[in-house]
Amino acid sequence: MTQKFTLDGVLIPFEDGETVMQAATRAGKFIPHLCYHPEFKPHGSCKLCTVKVNGRQAAACTLHVSSGMVVENNTEELNAERRALTQMLFVEGNHFCPSCEKSGNCQLQATAYHLGMMSPHYDHFFPSRPVDASHADFFIDFNRCILCSLCVRASRDVDKKNIFALSGRGIKTHLIVNAASGRLADTDFSLADKAAQVCPVGVILHKRQGFAVPIGERTYDKAAISAQHEPIAEEALK
Amino acid sequence: MTSQLETAQHPERLRRVAIDPVSRVEGHGKVTILLDEHNKVHQVRLHIVEFRGFEKFIQGRPYWEVPVMVQRLCGICPVSHHLAASKAMDIIVGVKKLTPTAEKLRRLMHYGQMLQSHALHFFHLSSPDLLFGFDSDVTRRNIVGVAMAHPEIARQGVLLRKFGQEVIRITSGKRIHGTSAVPGGMNKSLSIAERDELLKDIYQIVAWSRDAVQLIKKVHIQDPGLYNSFGTFRSNYMSIVGHNGDLDFYHGKLRARDDNGQIIFDGVDYQHYDRYLEEEVKSWTYMKFPFISALGKEQGWYKVGPLARVQNCNQISTPFAEHERKEFVDYAGGAPMHAPLAYHWTRMIEMLHAAEEIKNLLHDDDLLGNDLMATPGERQWEGVGVIEAPRGTLFHHYRVDENDMVTMANLIVSTTNNNQAMNEAVRNVAHRYLHGREVTDGLLNHIEVAIRAFDPCLSCATHALGKMPLEVELVDPEGRQIDALRRA
Ligand code: SF4
Ligand code: FES
Repeated sequence: MTQKFTLDGVLIPFEDGETVMQAATRAGKFIPHLCYHPEFKPHGSCKLCTVKVNGRQAAACTLHVSSGMVVENNTEELNAERRALTQMLFVEGNHFCPSCEKSGNCQLQATAYHLGMMSPHYDHFFPSRPVDASHADFFIDFNRCILCSLCVRASRDVDKKNIFALSGRGIKTHLIVNAASGRLADTDFSLADKAAQVCPVGVILHKRQGFAVPIGERTYDKAAISAQHEPIAEEALK
Repeated sequence: MTSQLETAQHPERLRRVAIDPVSRVEGHGKVTILLDEHNKVHQVRLHIVEFRGFEKFIQGRPYWEVPVMVQRLCGICPVSHHLAASKAMDIIVGVKKLTPTAEKLRRLMHYGQMLQSHALHFFHLSSPDLLFGFDSDVTRRNIVGVAMAHPEIARQGVLLRKFGQEVIRITSGKRIHGTSAVPGGMNKSLSIAERDELLKDIYQIVAWSRDAVQLIKKVHIQDPGLYNSFGTFRSNYMSIVGHNGDLDFYHGKLRARDDNGQIIFDGVDYQHYDRYLEEEVKSWTYMKFPFISALGKEQGWYKVGPLARVQNCNQISTPFAEHERKEFVDYAGGAPMHAPLAYHWTRMIEMLHAAEEIKNLLHDDDLLGNDLMATPGERQWEGVGVIEAPRGTLFHHYRVDENDMVTMANLIVSTTNNNQAMNEAVRNVAHRYLHGREVTDGLLNHIEVAIRAFDPCLSCATHALGKMPLEVELVDPEGRQIDALRRA
């Protein structure tokens, strides 16, 4: 008999070793997330995926399911906390959606819409973060980094290049490029890299392609983020 | 043409009258008047709070982001900035000619913008003054008052504007902050359904635009004593003109004429605009004063916008608008018309032209094509994009480095081009309508009417139509406030 757990009152099957996020996603249930990506080991840092298990909060992307578990996900209480986390991400960086080329394809923006975020609520930090445009094909707009570490994991684990890293602690954490100069041009970063594809927001961008896709045909114009699920890669399930 | 009232000889002994802010223009403006003890006007200045600093904001950003980003410059004509920046970036990516589909889509978007902006200005902002009189009851002198007294006119105004906004939404992807013009072309064409949606209303739009010209023409002709002389000053005028000297809002060569209509320069490629125009900085305002280099600061300033364009072109390519242009030129009697209030008349001729152009484009199958992007040519380091925005000539000038980032941006917006001209109109009106040392409602109204004729966008983004408070301040020679009047 397949094992099952309860998510928002619905019985969901799962396999041994699966996390709540993996089992939920496979069953077509959406749990908001930013630092989780099905192809990478979970990082558990953004806390957007926070759910309630037997009354206690836990990150769905790192928590392994066990039989009979009762998980709350889509509740007003949890979504209010997620909304506050999202608002903090917006004010920490410089996110100007109307002129951002990632608009409509951005997971942060789509998540904010999903959570019904109407304003940033908190005061903007307006940090000063110069862009790195040194590379011929890519540019890095640090203003929008949400420190999800997906590029770090992709470059280290898939591309085996270790080009990106998160440096500093707490509020001082920031993304760096592993080169003596700190410039992307002085690394062997390339178009084919997995790290060139994973950024959920508008930081690592392919040059000269912004706004090629018209409004109406962008990823999240077609369907809300809650209706779009990444297929789970086989190896991630192991 | 030199300005008599810009700087008083001995301002320390004069009384300051400040009118702040001017209502029913976009953003904020302030007029200060210095009087001596005999109530003689010594100095009149229009201070414009303009959103400077935007050029800095653009520096260090990737060039392809600029056409979208610059739309934040102006809440009322973002499309003009979108297109002017796109034209500059076409040059950067080495594209000299767009595909026919891309150019026609951009034109359609631009005509939609022209229509909505001119309709907004005429019906919502100006028709209350023109229909009720400059001194009429202020509580009635707004679009709501027009809707009550002339419901059909108000309704047409609202629907004309709405149609223009629909054209923008369909061509740019959104009503505001669209993204469709990209360096080298467009990212979106029109579907048959979208085209047909516009087509079903366009004949009505053309008809109403014709009515609007008749309305303003009648108002103007009925009272030549007022309309031909109110705030009138002589000046040079400038615009781009299209192929064969046609009126063209989207593309062409720069042409300037003097106050008698004689050509100062013509056929100038705007990539070299800075060889023909310069900008003067004055200590009392952030807004610069552009002038024609060959004539110098004193004589070289000019006006832009509908009144300049309609008299600068040789003809208009669409029949109804051309008919109206000829009537206007005949009325002016073979010499250039300089009256600020004639801006309204020419603005409506332009609206009619925009409507006719939209009609023509909607019958052109190129609009439905899929060949949207021209092949990039040799990468350039510098590019200028110029467009005739609703308020006049708009310049966007950029330098882009080898990493694709903008290193220099210079924008001359339409209202800046008209800066000196608006100052002149205000001086003229202050001279004529200020009596004694009392700032009457009548004076305020007249100054506002003069400024509004130019349709300035004084800063950006606010749309508090008719709701802006008006403040008058009387200050004695020592700078103490002796009286203040506030109108909510
Ligand atoms: S650059 Fe993008 S992928 Fe990398 S940490 Fe920042 S947000 Fe995440
Ligand atoms: S998605 Fe689980 S902590 Fe970020």
